[in-house]
Amino acid sequence: MIKHSQLDPAQAIDRKIVAAGDYYMQVVKAGQTVRILDLEGNQAADTLFYSAADPAERYSAMDTIREQGNVYLSAGSLLRSNENNVMLEIVADTCGRHDTLGGACATESNTVRYDLEKRCMHACRDSWMLAVNENEQYGMGKRDITHNINFFMNVPITDDGGLTFEDGISAPGKYVEMQAHMDVIVLISNCPQLNNPCNAYNPTPVEVLIWD
Amino acid sequence: MQVEYTTTLGGACHWSFRIRRGMQLRLTDIDGGANVGMLLYNPENLLERYNAPDTLKAQHTFKLTTGNCLYSDMGRIFCSITDDSLGWHETVCGNSTAAHIEQRFGHKSYQDAHNDWNQNGYDAFLVELAKYGLGRKDMAANLNLFSKAAVDDEGNIRYVAGHSKAGDSILLRFEMDTLVIMHTCPHPLHPAGDYPRKPVRIDFEQASAPGEDDVCLNHCAENRRGFANNRLYLMGLGA
Repeated sequence: MIKHSQLDPAQAIDRKIVAAGDYYMQVVKAGQTVRILDLEGNQAADTLFYSAADPAERYSAMDTIREQGNVYLSAGSLLRSNENNVMLEIVADTCGRHDTLGGACATESNTVRYDLEKRCMHACRDSWMLAVNENEQYGMGKRDITHNINFFMNVPITDDGGLTFEDGISAPGKYVEMQAHMDVIVLISNCPQLNNPCNAYNPTPVEVLIWD
Repeated sequence: MQVEYTTTLGGACHWSFRIRRGMQLRLTDIDGGANVGMLLYNPENLLERYNAPDTLKAQHTFKLTTGNCLYSDMGRIFCSITDDSLGWHETVCGNSTAAHIEQRFGHKSYQDAHNDWNQNGYDAFLVELAKYGLGRKDMAANLNLFSKAAVDDEGNIRYVAGHSKAGDSILLRFEMDTLVIMHTCPHPLHPAGDYPRKPVRIDFEQASAPGEDDVCLNHCAENRRGFANNRLYLMGLGA
Protein backbone atom coordinates (compact mmCIF):
# COMPACT_ATOMS: atom_id res chain seq x y z
CA MET A 1 0.00 0.00 0.00
CA ILE A 2 1.41 3.39 -1.00
CA LYS A 3 1.46 5.81 1.90
CA HIS A 4 3.42 9.06 1.94
CA SER A 5 5.17 10.49 5.00
CA GLN A 6 4.58 13.94 6.46
CA LEU A 7 8.08 14.07 7.97
CA ASP A 8 10.49 16.76 6.80
CA PRO A 9 14.03 15.53 6.05
CA ALA A 10 15.33 18.91 7.27
CA GLN A 11 13.99 18.04 10.75
CA ALA A 12 15.70 14.61 10.92
CA ILE A 13 18.07 14.22 13.90
CA ASP A 14 20.42 11.94 11.98
CA ARG A 15 21.13 11.38 8.28
CA LYS A 16 23.67 8.96 6.87
CA ILE A 17 24.44 7.88 3.31
CA VAL A 18 25.31 4.18 3.06
CA ALA A 19 27.32 3.23 -0.01
CA ALA A 20 26.61 -0.07 -1.76
CA GLY A 21 28.72 -2.78 -0.16
CA ASP A 22 28.78 -1.01 3.24
CA TYR A 23 26.76 -1.66 6.40
CA TYR A 24 24.80 0.59 8.74
CA MET A 25 24.42 -0.32 12.41
CA GLN A 26 22.73 2.06 14.80
CA VAL A 27 20.22 2.12 17.66
CA VAL A 28 16.78 3.60 17.02
CA LYS A 29 14.82 4.35 20.18
CA ALA A 30 11.20 3.46 20.85
CA GLY A 31 9.00 6.16 19.33
CA GLN A 32 11.60 7.31 16.83
CA THR A 33 11.01 6.92 13.11
CA VAL A 34 13.61 5.58 10.69
CA ARG A 35 13.42 6.01 6.91
CA ILE A 36 15.42 4.09 4.30
CA LEU A 37 15.60 6.11 1.10
CA ASP A 38 16.46 4.52 -2.26
CA LEU A 39 18.50 7.40 -3.69
CA GLU A 40 19.06 6.17 -7.25
CA GLY A 41 16.44 3.41 -7.56
CA ASN A 42 16.28 -0.40 -7.68
CA GLN A 43 18.60 -0.84 -4.72
CA ALA A 44 18.08 -3.69 -2.22
CA ALA A 45 18.60 -2.75 1.45
CA ASP A 46 19.02 -6.03 3.38
CA THR A 47 17.87 -5.25 6.91
CA LEU A 48 17.84 -6.94 10.33
CA PHE A 49 16.51 -5.63 13.67
CA TYR A 50 17.41 -6.62 17.24
CA SER A 51 16.02 -5.60 20.60
CA ALA A 52 18.68 -3.26 22.01
CA ALA A 53 17.88 -4.54 25.51
CA ASP A 54 18.19 -8.22 24.54
CA PRO A 55 19.66 -8.85 21.08
CA ALA A 56 18.63 -12.52 21.30
CA GLU A 57 15.18 -11.11 20.55
CA ARG A 58 15.34 -10.18 16.85
CA TYR A 59 13.31 -9.65 13.72
CA SER A 60 11.61 -12.82 12.57
CA ALA A 61 10.44 -12.98 8.97
CA MET A 62 8.37 -16.08 9.78
CA ASP A 63 6.47 -14.60 12.74
CA THR A 64 5.92 -11.38 10.78
CA ILE A 65 4.38 -12.90 7.66
CA ARG A 66 2.40 -15.56 9.51
CA GLU A 67 0.75 -13.11 11.90
CA GLN A 68 -0.16 -10.65 9.12
CA GLY A 69 -1.26 -13.50 6.83
CA ASN A 70 0.66 -12.09 3.88
CA VAL A 71 4.19 -12.65 2.57
CA TYR A 72 4.85 -9.06 1.43
CA LEU A 73 5.65 -6.07 3.62
CA SER A 74 4.21 -2.58 3.16
CA ALA A 75 2.61 0.29 5.09
CA GLY A 76 0.72 -1.15 8.05
CA SER A 77 2.95 -4.21 8.40
CA LEU A 78 3.97 -4.95 11.98
CA LEU A 79 7.55 -6.24 12.07
CA ARG A 80 7.66 -8.97 14.70
CA SER A 81 10.38 -10.64 16.72
CA ASN A 82 11.15 -14.31 17.34
CA GLU A 83 9.16 -13.81 20.57
CA ASN A 84 6.22 -12.68 18.40
CA ASN A 85 6.42 -9.12 19.82
CA VAL A 86 6.00 -6.04 17.61
CA MET A 87 9.41 -4.38 17.09
CA LEU A 88 8.51 -1.75 14.48
CA GLU A 89 5.60 -0.72 12.29
CA ILE A 90 5.90 0.37 8.67
CA VAL A 91 4.21 3.78 8.77
CA ALA A 92 4.99 5.01 5.25
CA ASP A 93 5.98 3.31 2.01
CA THR A 94 6.19 4.78 -1.48
CA CYS A 95 7.41 1.53 -3.05
CA GLY A 96 4.39 -0.66 -2.20
CA ARG A 97 5.92 -4.07 -1.64
CA HIS A 98 9.04 -5.44 0.04
CA ASP A 99 10.38 -8.99 0.25
CA THR A 100 11.29 -10.92 3.38
CA LEU A 101 11.62 -14.48 1.98
CA GLY A 102 14.58 -14.16 -0.38
CA GLY A 103 17.19 -13.81 2.36
CA ALA A 104 20.51 -12.09 1.87
CA CYS A 105 23.25 -12.86 -0.58
CA ALA A 106 26.30 -14.65 0.79
CA THR A 107 29.53 -15.74 -0.81
CA GLU A 108 28.49 -19.33 -0.09
CA SER A 109 25.03 -19.07 -1.63
CA ASN A 110 26.58 -17.24 -4.60
CA THR A 111 28.57 -20.41 -5.35
CA VAL A 112 25.29 -22.34 -5.57
CA ARG A 113 23.30 -19.72 -7.45
CA TYR A 114 25.94 -18.60 -9.95
CA ASP A 115 29.31 -20.36 -9.99
CA LEU A 116 31.72 -21.96 -7.51
CA GLU A 117 34.38 -19.59 -8.81
CA LYS A 118 32.30 -16.55 -7.76
CA ARG A 119 32.93 -17.37 -4.11
CA CYS A 120 34.96 -14.23 -3.49
CA MET A 121 32.47 -11.65 -4.79
CA HIS A 122 31.28 -9.21 -2.12
CA ALA A 123 28.00 -10.15 -0.46
CA CYS A 124 25.56 -8.88 2.19
CA ARG A 125 26.46 -11.53 4.72
CA ASP A 126 30.12 -10.48 4.55
CA SER A 127 29.08 -6.90 5.35
CA TRP A 128 27.18 -8.22 8.38
CA MET A 129 30.15 -10.34 9.50
CA LEU A 130 32.28 -7.19 9.46
CA ALA A 131 29.52 -5.28 11.29
CA VAL A 132 29.28 -7.74 14.18
CA ASN A 133 33.06 -7.92 14.53
CA GLU A 134 33.55 -4.14 14.38
CA ASN A 135 30.77 -3.54 16.93
CA GLU A 136 31.68 -5.83 19.80
CA GLN A 137 29.61 -3.73 22.19
CA TYR A 138 26.51 -5.59 20.99
CA GLY A 139 28.00 -9.03 21.70
CA MET A 140 26.82 -10.39 18.38
CA GLY A 141 28.22 -13.04 16.03
CA LYS A 142 27.28 -15.26 13.11
CA ARG A 143 24.39 -16.92 14.96
CA ASP A 144 22.74 -13.49 15.15
CA ILE A 145 22.66 -13.16 11.38
CA THR A 146 19.20 -14.45 10.56
CA HIS A 147 16.48 -14.06 7.91
CA ASN A 148 16.20 -10.44 6.84
CA ILE A 149 13.96 -7.99 5.06
CA ASN A 150 14.92 -7.02 1.52
CA PHE A 151 13.58 -3.49 1.30
CA PHE A 152 12.85 -2.43 -2.30
CA MET A 153 13.20 -6.00 -3.59
CA ASN A 154 10.53 -7.77 -5.62
CA VAL A 155 10.27 -11.55 -5.10
CA PRO A 156 6.83 -12.68 -6.29
CA ILE A 157 5.39 -16.01 -5.05
CA THR A 158 2.87 -17.81 -7.27
CA ASP A 159 -0.19 -19.85 -6.28
CA ASP A 160 1.47 -23.06 -7.52
CA GLY A 161 4.49 -22.53 -5.28
CA GLY A 162 6.94 -20.71 -7.59
CA LEU A 163 9.36 -18.02 -6.43
CA THR A 164 11.22 -15.64 -8.74
CA PHE A 165 13.50 -12.64 -8.47
CA GLU A 166 12.03 -9.88 -10.61
CA ASP A 167 13.19 -6.43 -11.55
CA GLY A 168 12.69 -4.04 -8.70
CA ILE A 169 9.55 -1.91 -8.42
CA SER A 170 11.50 0.84 -6.69
CA ALA A 171 12.75 4.05 -8.29
CA PRO A 172 14.90 7.04 -7.34
CA GLY A 173 13.51 8.77 -4.25
CA LYS A 174 11.25 5.92 -3.10
CA TYR A 175 11.37 5.20 0.61
CA VAL A 176 10.05 3.08 3.44
CA GLU A 177 9.57 4.42 6.94
CA MET A 178 9.21 2.58 10.24
CA GLN A 179 8.32 3.67 13.75
CA ALA A 180 10.09 1.70 16.50
CA HIS A 181 7.90 0.11 19.22
CA MET A 182 11.00 -0.82 21.26
CA ASP A 183 14.64 0.28 21.28
CA VAL A 184 16.12 -1.55 18.29
CA ILE A 185 19.52 -2.05 16.73
CA VAL A 186 19.13 -1.48 12.99
CA LEU A 187 21.59 -3.48 10.88
CA ILE A 188 21.51 -2.83 7.13
CA SER A 189 23.69 -4.23 4.39
CA ASN A 190 23.40 -2.04 1.33
CA CYS A 191 23.50 -4.92 -1.12
CA PRO A 192 26.60 -5.28 -3.34
CA GLN A 193 25.15 -8.10 -5.51
CA LEU A 194 26.22 -7.89 -9.18
CA ASN A 195 24.76 -11.18 -10.41
CA ASN A 196 21.02 -10.61 -10.39
CA PRO A 197 18.46 -7.84 -11.02
CA CYS A 198 17.88 -7.00 -7.34
CA ASN A 199 20.11 -3.93 -7.81
CA ALA A 200 19.59 -3.63 -11.56
CA TYR A 201 23.19 -4.95 -11.82
CA ASN A 202 24.36 -1.57 -10.54
CA PRO A 203 24.46 -1.21 -6.72
CA THR A 204 23.89 2.39 -5.57
CA PRO A 205 23.76 4.28 -2.23
CA VAL A 206 20.80 4.52 0.16
CA GLU A 207 20.22 7.13 2.87
CA VAL A 208 19.02 6.39 6.40
CA LEU A 209 17.18 9.17 8.26
CA ILE A 210 15.97 9.22 11.87
CA TRP A 211 13.34 11.51 13.44
CA ASP A 212 12.42 11.91 17.10
CA MET B 1 16.14 -50.44 1.23
CA GLN B 2 17.05 -52.23 4.42
CA VAL B 3 15.45 -50.60 7.45
CA GLU B 4 18.00 -50.29 10.25
CA TYR B 5 15.66 -48.92 12.88
CA THR B 6 12.02 -47.93 13.10
CA THR B 7 10.33 -45.89 15.76
CA THR B 8 7.19 -43.83 16.21
CA LEU B 9 7.23 -40.27 17.47
CA GLY B 10 3.88 -39.58 19.10
CA GLY B 11 2.03 -36.30 18.65
CA ALA B 12 3.32 -33.29 20.65
CA CYS B 13 6.75 -34.95 21.03
CA HIS B 14 10.29 -33.79 20.25
CA TRP B 15 13.53 -35.59 19.50
CA SER B 16 16.99 -34.98 18.09
CA PHE B 17 19.80 -37.13 16.71
CA ARG B 18 22.88 -37.03 14.56
CA ILE B 19 22.45 -38.88 11.31
CA ARG B 20 25.38 -39.89 9.12
CA ARG B 21 25.89 -39.08 5.46
CA GLY B 22 24.62 -42.01 3.41
CA MET B 23 21.66 -42.71 5.66
CA GLN B 24 18.09 -41.82 4.79
CA LEU B 25 15.09 -40.99 6.88
CA ARG B 26 11.57 -41.89 5.85
CA LEU B 27 8.87 -40.02 7.75
CA THR B 28 5.31 -41.37 7.47
CA ASP B 29 2.11 -39.71 8.67
CA ILE B 30 0.31 -42.52 10.50
CA ASP B 31 -3.17 -41.03 11.03
CA GLY B 32 -3.22 -38.04 8.62
CA GLY B 33 -2.88 -34.38 9.57
CA ALA B 34 0.68 -34.63 10.94
CA ASN B 35 3.14 -31.74 11.14
CA VAL B 36 6.87 -32.18 11.68
CA GLY B 37 8.84 -29.08 12.66
CA MET B 38 12.49 -29.60 11.76
CA LEU B 39 15.82 -27.78 12.04
CA LEU B 40 19.20 -29.01 10.70
CA TYR B 41 22.76 -28.23 11.88
CA ASN B 42 26.26 -29.40 11.01
CA PRO B 43 27.48 -31.34 14.08
CA GLU B 44 31.09 -30.42 13.19
CA ASN B 45 30.24 -26.71 13.23
CA LEU B 46 26.91 -25.85 14.82
CA LEU B 47 27.07 -22.36 13.28
CA GLU B 48 26.26 -24.00 9.95
CA ARG B 49 22.52 -24.51 9.87
CA TYR B 50 19.49 -25.04 7.63
CA ASN B 51 18.71 -21.85 5.74
CA ALA B 52 15.18 -21.61 4.35
CA PRO B 53 15.69 -18.49 2.18
CA ASP B 54 18.84 -19.94 0.59
CA THR B 55 17.01 -23.23 0.00
CA LEU B 56 14.02 -21.54 -1.67
CA LYS B 57 15.87 -19.03 -3.82
CA ALA B 58 18.50 -21.52 -5.05
CA GLN B 59 15.73 -23.71 -6.44
CA HIS B 60 13.28 -20.92 -7.36
CA THR B 61 10.56 -22.50 -5.30
CA PHE B 62 8.25 -21.63 -2.42
CA LYS B 63 7.33 -25.27 -1.70
CA LEU B 64 9.53 -28.32 -1.10
CA THR B 65 9.05 -31.74 -2.71
CA THR B 66 10.88 -34.51 -4.63
CA GLY B 67 13.99 -33.16 -6.36
CA ASN B 68 14.56 -30.37 -3.86
CA CYS B 69 17.60 -30.20 -1.60
CA LEU B 70 17.72 -28.65 1.86
CA TYR B 71 20.63 -26.21 2.01
CA SER B 72 22.75 -24.87 4.83
CA ASP B 73 23.77 -21.21 5.02
CA MET B 74 27.22 -22.35 3.83
CA GLY B 75 26.08 -23.41 0.35
CA ARG B 76 25.98 -27.12 1.13
CA ILE B 77 23.24 -29.72 1.05
CA PHE B 78 22.22 -31.36 4.32
CA CYS B 79 19.77 -33.70 2.63
CA SER B 80 17.85 -34.35 -0.57
CA ILE B 81 14.13 -35.07 -0.88
CA THR B 82 14.33 -38.21 -3.01
CA ASP B 83 10.70 -39.30 -2.62
CA ASP B 84 7.53 -37.54 -1.50
CA SER B 85 3.85 -38.45 -1.76
CA LEU B 86 2.61 -34.95 -0.82
CA GLY B 87 4.05 -32.50 -3.37
CA TRP B 88 4.24 -29.62 -0.91
CA HIS B 89 6.01 -29.07 2.41
CA GLU B 90 6.30 -25.52 3.71
CA THR B 91 9.19 -23.69 5.39
CA VAL B 92 8.11 -20.07 5.93
CA CYS B 93 5.41 -20.09 8.62
CA GLY B 94 7.67 -20.75 11.62
CA ASN B 95 6.62 -22.35 14.84
CA SER B 96 3.65 -22.60 17.16
CA THR B 97 4.13 -20.76 20.46
CA ALA B 98 2.54 -21.33 23.87
CA ALA B 99 0.20 -18.40 23.13
CA HIS B 100 -0.98 -19.90 19.80
CA ILE B 101 -1.63 -23.27 21.41
CA GLU B 102 -3.57 -21.87 24.36
CA GLN B 103 -5.64 -19.61 22.10
CA ARG B 104 -6.63 -22.38 19.66
CA PHE B 105 -6.71 -25.54 21.77
CA GLY B 106 -6.75 -24.41 25.38
CA HIS B 107 -4.10 -24.71 28.05
CA LYS B 108 -3.21 -28.24 29.15
CA SER B 109 -0.13 -28.41 31.34
CA TYR B 110 1.97 -31.46 32.06
CA GLN B 111 0.66 -31.37 35.64
CA ASP B 112 -2.91 -31.56 34.35
CA ALA B 113 -2.54 -34.00 31.51
CA HIS B 114 0.84 -35.76 31.72
CA ASN B 115 1.71 -37.06 28.26
CA ASP B 116 -1.45 -35.57 26.76
CA TRP B 117 -0.31 -32.01 27.48
CA ASN B 118 -0.57 -29.34 24.79
CA GLN B 119 3.11 -28.85 23.97
CA ASN B 120 4.12 -26.09 21.51
CA GLY B 121 6.77 -26.15 18.78
CA TYR B 122 8.83 -23.25 20.13
CA ASP B 123 9.37 -24.83 23.56
CA ALA B 124 9.95 -28.24 21.96
CA PHE B 125 12.81 -26.79 19.88
CA LEU B 126 14.28 -24.94 22.89
CA VAL B 127 14.49 -28.22 24.83
CA GLU B 128 16.30 -30.09 22.05
CA LEU B 129 18.57 -27.15 21.09
CA ALA B 130 19.83 -26.75 24.66
CA LYS B 131 21.25 -30.30 24.53
CA TYR B 132 23.84 -29.05 22.03
CA GLY B 133 24.54 -25.67 23.61
CA LEU B 134 22.12 -23.97 21.22
CA GLY B 135 19.34 -21.56 22.11
CA ARG B 136 16.97 -18.83 20.96
CA LYS B 137 19.60 -17.22 18.76
CA ASP B 138 20.06 -20.46 16.84
CA MET B 139 16.42 -21.09 16.02
CA ALA B 140 16.32 -20.34 12.30
CA ALA B 141 13.25 -20.68 10.07
CA ASN B 142 12.16 -24.30 10.39
CA LEU B 143 10.63 -26.81 8.04
CA ASN B 144 7.00 -27.77 8.57
CA LEU B 145 6.94 -31.14 6.83
CA PHE B 146 3.49 -32.51 5.86
CA SER B 147 2.04 -28.97 5.96
CA LYS B 148 1.02 -26.70 3.09
CA ALA B 149 0.62 -22.92 3.05
CA ALA B 150 -0.12 -21.45 -0.39
CA VAL B 151 0.13 -17.80 -1.45
CA ASP B 152 -2.20 -15.94 -3.85
CA ASP B 153 -1.28 -13.14 -6.28
CA GLU B 154 -1.72 -10.51 -3.55
CA GLY B 155 0.58 -12.41 -1.21
CA ASN B 156 -2.12 -13.71 1.14
CA ILE B 157 -1.14 -16.91 2.94
CA ARG B 158 -3.69 -19.76 2.94
CA TYR B 159 -3.09 -22.73 5.27
CA VAL B 160 -4.42 -25.90 3.64
CA ALA B 161 -6.08 -28.03 6.32
CA GLY B 162 -6.10 -31.80 5.77
CA HIS B 163 -3.17 -31.65 3.33
CA SER B 164 -1.49 -34.81 4.63
CA LYS B 165 -3.37 -38.09 4.62
CA ALA B 166 -2.72 -41.31 6.53
CA GLY B 167 0.20 -43.06 4.84
CA ASP B 168 1.72 -39.98 3.23
CA SER B 169 5.50 -39.97 3.48
CA ILE B 170 8.69 -38.10 2.62
CA LEU B 171 12.19 -39.54 2.19
CA LEU B 172 15.26 -37.48 3.15
CA ARG B 173 18.67 -38.74 1.96
CA PHE B 174 21.51 -37.20 3.95
CA GLU B 175 24.42 -35.82 1.92
CA MET B 176 26.50 -34.84 4.98
CA ASP B 177 26.48 -35.69 8.68
CA THR B 178 23.60 -33.72 10.17
CA LEU B 179 22.15 -32.88 13.55
CA VAL B 180 18.37 -33.19 13.19
CA ILE B 181 16.09 -31.38 15.66
CA MET B 182 12.41 -32.23 15.27
CA HIS B 183 9.00 -32.04 16.89
CA THR B 184 5.47 -33.19 16.10
CA CYS B 185 3.67 -30.17 17.55
CA PRO B 186 0.85 -28.50 15.58
CA HIS B 187 1.51 -26.15 12.67
CA PRO B 188 1.26 -22.51 13.83
CA LEU B 189 -1.67 -21.89 11.44
CA HIS B 190 -3.64 -25.02 12.36
CA PRO B 191 -7.22 -23.89 13.04
CA ALA B 192 -8.80 -24.01 16.49
CA GLY B 193 -10.51 -27.12 17.78
CA ASP B 194 -9.09 -30.31 19.26
CA TYR B 195 -5.31 -30.27 19.69
CA PRO B 196 -3.98 -32.31 16.72
CA ARG B 197 -1.95 -35.08 18.40
CA LYS B 198 -0.56 -36.76 15.30
CA PRO B 199 2.13 -39.50 15.40
CA VAL B 200 4.81 -39.98 12.76
CA ARG B 201 6.70 -43.18 11.95
CA ILE B 202 10.44 -42.79 11.40
CA ASP B 203 12.42 -45.38 9.42
CA PHE B 204 16.22 -45.14 9.35
CA GLU B 205 17.65 -46.78 6.23
CA GLN B 206 20.94 -47.15 4.38
CA ALA B 207 20.72 -45.02 1.22
CA SER B 208 22.13 -45.75 -2.21
CA ALA B 209 24.73 -43.21 -3.32
CA PRO B 210 23.23 -40.67 -5.77
CA GLY B 211 23.84 -41.77 -9.37
CA GLU B 212 24.39 -39.50 -12.38
CA ASP B 213 20.64 -39.71 -13.09
CA ASP B 214 19.70 -38.68 -9.54
CA VAL B 215 16.45 -36.70 -9.31
CA CYS B 216 17.89 -34.15 -6.87
CA LEU B 217 21.32 -33.72 -8.47
CA ASN B 218 19.63 -33.04 -11.82
CA HIS B 219 16.75 -30.93 -10.54
CA CYS B 220 18.56 -27.70 -11.47
CA ALA B 221 22.07 -26.41 -12.18
CA GLU B 222 22.10 -24.93 -8.66
CA ASN B 223 21.78 -28.40 -7.10
CA ARG B 224 24.73 -29.67 -9.17
CA ARG B 225 26.78 -26.85 -7.69
CA GLY B 226 25.45 -27.65 -4.21
CA PHE B 227 26.58 -31.26 -4.57
CA ALA B 228 29.95 -29.95 -5.83
CA ASN B 229 30.26 -27.87 -2.62
CA ASN B 230 29.54 -30.99 -0.54
CA ARG B 231 32.23 -32.87 -2.45
CA LEU B 232 34.77 -30.14 -1.64
CA TYR B 233 33.74 -30.23 2.02
CA LEU B 234 34.14 -34.01 2.22
CA MET B 235 37.63 -33.61 0.70
CA GLY B 236 38.44 -31.24 3.54
CA LEU B 237 38.28 -28.09 1.39
CA GLY B 238 35.12 -26.54 2.78
CA ALA B 239 35.05 -23.70 5.27
